Amino acid sequence: MKNQYSIFSLIKNAFTYHENWAKAWGDPEPKKEYDILIIGGGGHGLATAYYLAKKHNIKNIAVLEKGWIGGGNTGRNTTIIRSNYLWDASAGLYDHALKIWEGLSQELNYNVMFSQRGVMNLAHNLQDVRDLKRRTHANRLNGIDAVYLNTEEVKKFCPIINTSPDIRYPVLGGTLQKRAGTARHDAVAWGYARGADEMGVDIIQNCEVKGIKRNGDTVVGVDTTKGFIKTKKIGVVAAGHSSVIANMAGLRLPLESKPLQALVSEPVKPIIDTVVMSNAVHAYVSQSDKGELVIGAGTDDYISYSQKGSHDIVEGTLSAILELYPIFSRMRMLRQWGGIVDICPDASPIISKTTVKGLYFNCGWGTGGFKATPGSGDLFAHTIANDEPHKLNAAFNLNRFVSGDLVDEHGAAAVAH
Amino acid sequence: MFLINCPFCGEREQSEFKAGGEAHIVRPKQPTELSDDEWAEYLFMRKNIKGVQFERWNHVHGCRKWFNVVRDTSNDQIKAVYKMGEKPPN
Repeated sequence: MKNQYSIFSLIKNAFTYHENWAKAWGDPEPKKEYDILIIGGGGHGLATAYYLAKKHNIKNIAVLEKGWIGGGNTGRNTTIIRSNYLWDASAGLYDHALKIWEGLSQELNYNVMFSQRGVMNLAHNLQDVRDLKRRTHANRLNGIDAVYLNTEEVKKFCPIINTSPDIRYPVLGGTLQKRAGTARHDAVAWGYARGADEMGVDIIQNCEVKGIKRNGDTVVGVDTTKGFIKTKKIGVVAAGHSSVIANMAGLRLPLESKPLQALVSEPVKPIIDTVVMSNAVHAYVSQSDKGELVIGAGTDDYISYSQKGSHDIVEGTLSAILELYPIFSRMRMLRQWGGIVDICPDASPIISKTTVKGLYFNCGWGTGGFKATPGSGDLFAHTIANDEPHKLNAAFNLNRFVSGDLVDEHGAAAVAH
Repeated sequence: MFLINCPFCGEREQSEFKAGGEAHIVRPKQPTELSDDEWAEYLFMRKNIKGVQFERWNHVHGCRKWFNVVRDTSNDQIKAVYKMGEKPPN
């Protein structure tokens, strides 16, 4: 690697006041033709390009990004990584990703700050208790680490939680996945971009796709703001805008795009060293390395591409946070933002071929796609390169909406859809 | 967050309403004759438009009546409101 990061390169560059570091990725003009085009330069898209180049030895690839890489949902999520999903297909998919996360910083030679601080999911009513116990058993049958905690154990693991039986929705227990945690979302995009660029992938920013050209039922290229680009295969990884791209190709997808909000507080000293999620009251919180509380709110229930959500959603989340963590009552929130998430009817993603030859979609991740970034890229690369799915993403095809073989993960998705 | 002009109650906050998704999806007249592909189209496939969309809303914390709204989903601006059964505006 032209620009290997290590303690020695750090010392060497210190002598030149860190002014001579090589650029991590280039800024090329698009070529006339590529073997594969990836639409969307977020974590999933860049990971797809990276694994196409690395594992399938296809180098003539471009990633087309309408803004800047990692500027969409990759930079807007709450960075939670876990694999404690209910069904076998989901467990396989998300744990595949988690296993890659565990070695990702070394693989990319880029510190993605993966921190296995554990993720706790709380139960607030008897149905939660039953569901979470069932999910713990299902996880363990699939080889995923999961334990069920009673109220005292929850309090011991995260002492600032209000476990009083007198609160509106008392904590009756919870599950804990210790291998779960968080990572630095920007670093994931940058690390994959740097790795892909090194292998010859063109990363083209400020290049919006305006149309998809078809010859009968086969794709031949895309119209972009930087002109027409010819190609044989297109992988679409456009998150909230997946339907917009699909409409360009004359397809419809089973997706609805909705705003999802998050917010961070002013930075404080370490107070919460894990991730706590409450599905029933819709509050989840962790603390960033900078010291900010990172709080995820819910989705608005109407379709919107406006990248801003409603205040009542934030208010609902914060009132639940305050009931569960009275210690935060005088903290001020610093920033709030929205991203547009593409939600599938069964709260599971689509990593699939389509009825158009050479057109592939990786979408429908809804409110929880960040955790799957490495696995999603790996499996989508396999699907595009071989024109057929890997066994781990075979269940996540578009045809499941015709066959009825849905993967219902509304319970494990943790953000109410 | 925005205001919606309920055709029965007048202008209220959006949080009083429940969104019902894409409007004018017609229930199949002869369900027994539908193929699996046609069922998938009816049940799951959506236009999910970025731009002007025709959609249904229910005033759940008000009159609890359903009606239609024309809204630009790129900026949440409402163009028109009309009752169920009325002809959609152009």
